[in-house]
Amino acid sequence: MITIMFYFMAAIALGSALYVAGSTNLVRSVFMFFITLFALAGLYVLSLADFVAVTQVVVYVGGILVLILFAFMLSGRENLEGVKQQKNRLLSVSKLPAIVLAVAFFIVLTNIFLKARAGNVDWIKQSVVKQNVMTPQNASINGLGVNLMTNYLLPFEAISILLLMALIGAAHLSRKEEAA
Amino acid sequence: MITLTHYLLVSAALFSIGIYVVLSKQNAIQVLIGIEMMLNAAILNLVAFGKFDKINNAGQTFALFAIVLAAASTAVALAIILNVYRRHQTIDPGKINQLKD
Repeated sequence: MITIMFYFMAAIALGSALYVAGSTNLVRSVFMFFITLFALAGLYVLSLADFVAVTQVVVYVGGILVLILFAFMLSGRENLEGVKQQKNRLLSVSKLPAIVLAVAFFIVLTNIFLKARAGNVDWIKQSVVKQNVMTPQNASINGLGVNLMTNYLLPFEAISILLLMALIGAAHLSRKEEAA
Repeated sequence: MITLTHYLLVSAALFSIGIYVVLSKQNAIQVLIGIEMMLNAAILNLVAFGKFDKINNAGQTFALFAIVLAAASTAVALAIILNVYRRHQTIDPGKINQLKD
């Protein structure tokens, strides 16, 4: 059952990502990206990271995609038509280098992952022996919260300051320029 | 049974699609979407490996940090895109080739 769910989610995620890559309609590609993010949240749930999945839905779908839609509507209608005019030829000459590079990258990564045999790495074997593996019975959000407030407190605070800086910077950048 | 290699292969495919989107699109917003896709592939790896670390939760914690970083970088990037559009009336990265007026 879980296996079927995994393949289903992976197929949805990769299919909608391919649609984003191939489509000429910008709005449609943004909304297909929604679906990619939802399917990825499903994959996170399947690997027992429910809090990360919820954060993904809230931050990405609720925050980032709305921002993208805003920017996209503020940046004018004419670039919409410009995008529509170029025909959807996936194999046009100008896109050939991108396709070659992406396929080559995929082959290299696949080779590495198949040869690395991630299940046989030392620390993973040790964590299986020490019963440090999450199972659906013992995975809880409790440990994540405790760790976030003890072991990872410094990165947590640092990232909060960085987020504040980035948001102030974004607000500063996007304000109307005065005559000066 | 779903092993780690399955997750790694899915994220490799997603990363490659992201690279293709970044390289081939002529619209800065679509390039940004491609970057988000690559970030999500990395987060998927973090989460998949984080399953084997119940005590310290390192993978999930850093997946959360990566999501926050992605949000921050997207906000700044979209502000920059809006500024570029205001100045050049286009957001095609290939056409923006001046440093200063």
